[in-house]
Amino acid sequence: MTALPIEPIATAAQEPRWRLLRGVNVGDRVYRGVLTVLAVTLPLLLLALVGELLVSAWPAIRRFGPHFLWSSVWDPVAGVFGAAPMIFGTLASSLIALVIAVPLALGVSIFLTEFAPKWVRQPIAFLVELLAAIPSVVYGLWGIFVLIPFLRSTVVPPLRAVLGWTPFFDGVFYGNSLLAGGVILAIMIVPYIAAVSREVLLAVPASQREAALGMGATRWEAVWTAVVPYGRAGLIGAIILGLGRALGETMAVTMLIGNRHDIGLSVLQPAYTMAAAIANEFSEATTNLYLSALFEVGLLLFVITVVVNALARLLIWQVARGTAVGSRAL
Amino acid sequence: MNPRRVRRRVMNGVMTGLVGVLSFLAVLSLILILGNLVVKGASSLDWSFFTKNPVPAGESGGGVANAIVGTGIIVGLACLIGLPIGIGAGLYLAEFGSGRLGWTVRFVADVLNGTPSIVVGIFAWTWLVKPMGHFSALAGAVALAILMVPMLARTTEEMVRLVPHSLREAALALGYPRWRTSLRIVARTALAGIVTGSLVGIARIAGETAPLLFTALGNLNFSTHVLEPMQALSLQIYQYATGPFDEWHRLAWAAAIVLMGLVLLLSVAARWAIRQRHGAAR
Repeated sequence: MTALPIEPIATAAQEPRWRLLRGVNVGDRVYRGVLTVLAVTLPLLLLALVGELLVSAWPAIRRFGPHFLWSSVWDPVAGVFGAAPMIFGTLASSLIALVIAVPLALGVSIFLTEFAPKWVRQPIAFLVELLAAIPSVVYGLWGIFVLIPFLRSTVVPPLRAVLGWTPFFDGVFYGNSLLAGGVILAIMIVPYIAAVSREVLLAVPASQREAALGMGATRWEAVWTAVVPYGRAGLIGAIILGLGRALGETMAVTMLIGNRHDIGLSVLQPAYTMAAAIANEFSEATTNLYLSALFEVGLLLFVITVVVNALARLLIWQVARGTAVGSRAL
Repeated sequence: MNPRRVRRRVMNGVMTGLVGVLSFLAVLSLILILGNLVVKGASSLDWSFFTKNPVPAGESGGGVANAIVGTGIIVGLACLIGLPIGIGAGLYLAEFGSGRLGWTVRFVADVLNGTPSIVVGIFAWTWLVKPMGHFSALAGAVALAILMVPMLARTTEEMVRLVPHSLREAALALGYPRWRTSLRIVARTALAGIVTGSLVGIARIAGETAPLLFTALGNLNFSTHVLEPMQALSLQIYQYATGPFDEWHRLAWAAAIVLMGLVLLLSVAARWAIRQRHGAAR
């Protein structure tokens, strides 16, 4: 959500002049004071969050240093921890999700803004947004009892028949796997990418389309050569926003990815993500160092999502600045 | 017709069809999920499901009364904490947010909005559970409130900013003090939008599981004590879905229908609230 292009109604600079005119009203000062306290809660909360994570993760950071990032040994008994398998699993599952979700979401947004008849636009947009309302744990439940059996019976056999010789589709498929986690993530991030790219496409001036159509382009050519390139930065931003969601998603992935500390190329094998590791092992962490290692994973996850989200916002602003994007709050 | 023109027309038709099919697939996934929920869970929704507590593992029967009440209490508490802070911060951003503090708060809200809920969960654990020495519904509510506040602040700000300048000027010109103008004219005009934002926020936290894992923890018994561990629907679904018993799986589907119904109700209510004001524009 970006700020509206409307001029701020009361700027701090106007304040003194206004006071001169009316004198200082006690109610106004109290009102402003209360709102300021409530607003300051947010930065304080962020400081507390980062501080607590850093303090709790500190023993592990000092013990393992940067080695934590690329070591793949995770041995609570020996007290040796390396997060490489989780970092790999987080990135791999998010990548699979993007590969599936991006065409779907862009298809939805292009269809809704350029091709669909007016009367189906609102209903379809509403239904796709409802996907975002489904709780993560319900996705997990559906994944365990519907998606995995479906993958096992219908999707994996032909995949293996065609691509079984590559290392990516090697091994036996038991169900819980990188593939299952990636597919569920894909369904979960479609509404986010679709909603933002729809706003980006709506923000593309009609003159872009008219110019292309006026030169004799077909409707698809107008979309592909005039509209999409115009909104490219915003569309990439939308995709990265979806990536940010996928990276931090916890429950559904925990229930489907298999939770195995291992780096394997095959998407049919179980893997692990950072969020899933915290969800699974936090309550079993018996030693302080174990707990601290999990906090370091949390800190890493936090830093990665902040960077990814900041990047996405920057890109979306490039397109949306000075337009109506963001005024549609839902 | 020349072949190039035919090719372009065919391409146009194919791509139009393709984006249509992709949209259909996205909608289909929603229909499949909701359909499976109803097919697998609806038959278990009987009176005892809503009124009984879980029975020991392996036995059949039992319900999720404790989880339904627990979700209500935890979400209610989260609203008590989160709504005033979120709406207040949003009003601050809209009314006084042009300075450096406003910029900071806006930036922080966006950062917190993207923070994974599991990270907020372990933060609440270090903040509340560890010092208190035991898990509690209150800690879970605080974690949910943390998730709700940044989103609420940003929507409130946007909604308040939509209020026309002239309304505020009219009130000030009549000699209304600024704080009353803000609360009684501006905020009231934006009320539908703020209610919508709140409902969307509540819908979002009602289904959250990850922040509750190490805070509210879950509870097999009926409990209304906010300083004790408490069950929630989302936690119950997680435990039942990952457990080994068919009976648990059956209850998990039924509980998922209840949770999904709650979330859908809130989402639809949110749309309805905004429609009251903005009419057919939505």
